[in-house]
Amino acid sequence: MNPELEHATAIMRRGRIMVALALLAISGVYLMALRYTPVEARQGLAQKIFYIHAPAAWCALLAFSMVGLAGGLYLWLKDPRLDRFAASSAEVGVAFSCVMLTTGPIWGKPIWGAWWTWDARLTLTLFLFFLFLGYLTLRASLHDRSERARFSAVVGLMGLVLVPFIHLSVYLFRTLHPRPILMKPSEPSLPPEMLHTLLTSFGVFTLLYLGFVTLRYGIALAADVREDLGDD
Amino acid sequence: MPEAFRLALAVAAKDLRLELRSKTSLLSAMVFAALVLVVFNFARDPTAIAAQDLAPSILWVTFAFSSMIGLNRAFIVERENAAFDGLLLAPVPRGALYLGKYLGNLAFAAVVEAVTLPLFVLFFNVDFGHALPGIVGVAALATAGFVAVGTLFSAMVVRTRFAELMLPVVLLPFMVPPLMAAAQLTSRLLAGRPLSEMIGWLRLLGLYDIAFITLCTMVFPAIVDE
Repeated sequence: MNPELEHATAIMRRGRIMVALALLAISGVYLMALRYTPVEARQGLAQKIFYIHAPAAWCALLAFSMVGLAGGLYLWLKDPRLDRFAASSAEVGVAFSCVMLTTGPIWGKPIWGAWWTWDARLTLTLFLFFLFLGYLTLRASLHDRSERARFSAVVGLMGLVLVPFIHLSVYLFRTLHPRPILMKPSEPSLPPEMLHTLLTSFGVFTLLYLGFVTLRYGIALAADVREDLGDD
Repeated sequence: MPEAFRLALAVAAKDLRLELRSKTSLLSAMVFAALVLVVFNFARDPTAIAAQDLAPSILWVTFAFSSMIGLNRAFIVERENAAFDGLLLAPVPRGALYLGKYLGNLAFAAVVEAVTLPLFVLFFNVDFGHALPGIVGVAALATAGFVAVGTLFSAMVVRTRFAELMLPVVLLPFMVPPLMAAAQLTSRLLAGRPLSEMIGWLRLLGLYDIAFITLCTMVFPAIVDE
């Protein structure tokens, strides 16, 4: 087999192992959330979704920041590995955003009384989601590899710069139209069991992110190698 | 720098001359804006909602969409006969080339908005009164920001097959902060609110313009240079 293809396969194998470990650990997180943590006094069982929602949101934000950083670095160093990493990270980020954007309303309906509110954090994450859908659509419509890498690096970098602006505008919008107190989630001080579970979950989800990105990176590398071979 | 600016003006003048001779894009954008305004008229119940309350959103949705449909034009015209390669071969710095395209697009958007505004007053019977200079200023600030990003993106999306569809998908998230600020400022101007209630939004618009015009000028070479 072609040595580069072998390298790609090795990366994919590593990714698969990481994903398998992370998924196993996630079932552990479920168990911890259901058996180890106490039931929250006011929110009841609905609060359990927090152990999935918050880590998924963290991974989505991590993924998107990585896309921006990798984009900026790509424009500077022109290393194709950075582009592959950015593309992988964007796809994985969209997946985690989907988890975040679906678990959020499931929790919001019983607790806030509404599936969706135009709260600053919700709006920001929704726009990030749209931004990266656009990023992936643009990638999918470009076929020249160097062109695709340059264009997506630009969009990724611009997205990173856009985030503070969206945040600021939503914040200004919200402060002038205050929401009811009911819809304002305040940071609760967690009992140790909850904190442990949450931190474990953050760790496990980060591993899952790394696993997915590694796997996706291997696939991207294999696709590039295949394309090069096809040209011969 | 003045030399680069002169070159940018030359590029913008070329684009505008081309546009004024064919007039197709400009006319269609104006007709489009008028049609959007007409459609909006039927989307509200005039007895329930006062035009004044709805004015900022109608005005800004119309401005945004009608300026957006003209944005691809600047690079689509260069696609024919590989005209863009000729432009790239000319001894023009990439930054000046971008600024030229940007200024051309800005002039285009300004004309469309200048036609839309009186039509809006006519159709919706909104009295701008003393708020008019403020609204024009806000329009200038907001348009300067999103046209900068739009010009950069249109240089990219014209390389794809579905350029007309791709631009809104990539550009709209970037238009959110300036549009939100412009709509909020317009409603405050119409209500005659004091400047202290607007300063935050104005600052946001100013920062957005500075950040994105600079960034777009800097990354433009990465888009056009193979």
